[in-house]
Amino acid sequence: MSLALDPQAISTAVSRLADSIFEASADGNIDLVGIRSRGDEVAERVFCLLKEKGANVRLGVLDISLYRDDFEHLHENPKLQSSEIDFPVDNSHIILVDDVLFTGRTIRAALDALFDYGRPGSVQLAVLIDRGHRELPVAPNYVGKILETNRLDHVLVRLKNTDGEDALEITSKK
Amino acid sequence: MARKDFLDIVSLDREEIIHLLDQAKPFKDLFTRSVKKVPALNGKTVLMLFYEPSTRTLSSFEVAAKRLSADVTIFDVPHSSVTKGESVRDTIDTLQAMRADYIVVRHRLSGQPAAIARQTGASVINAGDGAHAHPTQALLDAFTLREVHPELPGKKVLIMGDILHSRVARSTSTILDKLGVEVAYCGPGSLVPHTRFKRFTNFDEAMRWGPDAVYLLRVQKERQEAPFYPSDREYHSVFGVTQERLKRISEEGIYVMHPGPINRGVELCDDVLDYERCLIPQQVENGIAARMSVLYGLKPQTS
Repeated sequence: MSLALDPQAISTAVSRLADSIFEASADGNIDLVGIRSRGDEVAERVFCLLKEKGANVRLGVLDISLYRDDFEHLHENPKLQSSEIDFPVDNSHIILVDDVLFTGRTIRAALDALFDYGRPGSVQLAVLIDRGHRELPVAPNYVGKILETNRLDHVLVRLKNTDGEDALEITSKK
Repeated sequence: MARKDFLDIVSLDREEIIHLLDQAKPFKDLFTRSVKKVPALNGKTVLMLFYEPSTRTLSSFEVAAKRLSADVTIFDVPHSSVTKGESVRDTIDTLQAMRADYIVVRHRLSGQPAAIARQTGASVINAGDGAHAHPTQALLDAFTLREVHPELPGKKVLIMGDILHSRVARSTSTILDKLGVEVAYCGPGSLVPHTRFKRFTNFDEAMRWGPDAVYLLRVQKERQEAPFYPSDREYHSVFGVTQERLKRISEEGIYVMHPGPINRGVELCDDVLDYERCLIPQQVENGIAARMSVLYGLKPQTS
């Protein structure tokens, strides 16, 4: 097991994410939707940074458990939590936020879940970490940090509010 | 490891109950969206096998299964070969061949759903068996009570009416007891068995006990061979929620619940339905969420 990112590096990645989202925003109106779990915490931190910059930001949370494609293969069903999107999704320009982008399956599920709330004008993707190895045609618009990993590596992100500390560990399968 | 079947409340521990209740909340949140369904059980088959008449439980399960994107088939027992003498066992073998993933059973015999569960790999859900259990009703009742009293331990619920014939009373008092709620029974002496719960045969006495909610049961005429009380009018005047009693209930801020279908003029008067703390409509809505939580939480062993 190796510690790939320390708390400082995670903070830097979150800031980079916020900066690139802010720069790309034409009118300063930004709608973030974080994917549970941990994508919601990344979104919340980006939300705070964008507020400091004076952007007009709204924040929602999406739980995608009911939209996963591996439901049958799980021994225990994922713990369900509510989604909370308090602004109208119709015609809004949404940035989905997740912690780690890997196969792209979570994003597929998140898009399905989001579209059951309405028809957004556009959807973009922001991820804290892009570790590669996509299985679906998904590409991020904003990335905090790109990590080179092997397909079988286990990448574990821990975040302050969810797990008590900021860290990223990579466990390699031999 | 998740359970295959959902047969009664007795075999669930407190953690499992809390988990099912917590999980019902996100399902209820879906009902206010324009798209009320989610793809969780996409491609699964739910079979409804109702040997006893039921409208609300059957349609509640049907809506719950459809909101999870499952395919629902209602096995029409009154018009099936069951009336030609087919045994439950043979019917299940037939249904097995249809590869149902979930079978929702209601039967007049206690224990029939459990017997079916042993015979099939499909997940079996008990939708009411004889006077034994009605576990999804219990779950929706606990969920409804928890919405108005988030801290359940120490709360008091008075269950009123025909306790003896009621699987609802049995399951609901079991779940409330497991959640730390104090339960008491009240009704005609002939219909209230002696159990470890407090027992009242007088409404005023029961009110002095200070319940937070009164749970009215339907008088089950179809389960009584000879009447256990003289007449509906007499029942209403002694144990029904009359206008006078409603006044007292309202003054003390007590919630009123009922599993339905109601008998107006027997266990309650019309005005109860307009009472602001009457939870009957919420019970119906929460029934769908609770049943979605159960369906979602089970693991069929069909593949």
